Amino acid sequence: MSLAIYITVMAGVTYLIRMLPFTFFRKKIKSRFFRSFLYYIPYAVLSAMTIPAIFYTTHNMWTAAAGTAVALLLAFFEMPLIVVALAASGAAFLLSLFI
Amino acid sequence: MKSRFLRGMSHGIPICLGYLSVSFGLGILAVNKAGLSVFQASVISALNLTSAGQKAGIDVIAASGSIIEMILLQLTINIRYSLMALSLSQKLDKCFTTPHRLLASYGITDEIFAVCSAQKEPLTPAYMYGMIFISAAGWIIGTALGAAAGELLPASVSMAMEIVLYGMFIAIVIPPAKKQHGVLFAAVIAAALSVMFRYALPVVSEGFAIIISAIAASMLAALIFPVRDLEEGAAQ
Repeated sequence: MSLAIYITVMAGVTYLIRMLPFTFFRKKIKSRFFRSFLYYIPYAVLSAMTIPAIFYTTHNMWTAAAGTAVALLLAFFEMPLIVVALAASGAAFLLSLFI
Repeated sequence: MKSRFLRGMSHGIPICLGYLSVSFGLGILAVNKAGLSVFQASVISALNLTSAGQKAGIDVIAASGSIIEMILLQLTINIRYSLMALSLSQKLDKCFTTPHRLLASYGITDEIFAVCSAQKEPLTPAYMYGMIFISAAGWIIGTALGAAAGELLPASVSMAMEIVLYGMFIAIVIPPAKKQHGVLFAAVIAAALSVMFRYALPVVSEGFAIIISAIAASMLAALIFPVRDLEEGAAQ
């Protein structure tokens, strides 16, 4: 499959998702179930994408687990996104120097 | 007009800085996992302007997945933008005509949505353009730098950087999960299903496993913990 097709489809779908409601929709969604579903979707997606994939990111289960633990801890204390993200990476890198 | 644009830009500076570091990880991933060039990675960032969707898209490209998988994956991951677009469309200024809407909708991201919905006055096109301009610049430059670095950096550093995006995902999920049972429930069920697919049903591709896990978990969460108000829910 050509890369251009992948990129076009990806960008087209992403744009339509944003554009259609922003441009044409003027009323509120009434279904409480559908609203709730839309509300939970991003968290469920991020969670499913992260676990278990995060443990394979650094090509070493232990450094990845260290990064994950640091990210969970800092996120629990509600540190900014950048801090959590970079600290996870830093922890994985530091541990990799010792293994 | 000009001052509104500048105001949008100044409100977008923190977003720009955040995007620089996160898209750096994305650039590295595009090079390491999918074998893309600096230019290709930057084009993907310029056209999509979304972290989770691009990450998943790069995974599909790396695995030579099907187009249907790409479409469903982008729909599932990015459908939240519809909700944000919906919410923003309620507070647009009168000068926000259809052409402006067509343009500005390109820049509806989690962070831009969050800053825009926190504004008290109605949103003008110039204000949104300013914020989108500086944020997208950070996003694209960060991707290009990351992709270039991915080709140059020693493997130990670039591997450690691959975890950056996941770290950000964790930082998005955990704070609301602490306060809302529904979010915690959806995240835990989705993770459990994702683990099950990975080890018990490896025939299902990574993309579809994420879609099925997320939809099932969100439907369950919506049934057990229905959300009260659209604005309240979307703004958090």
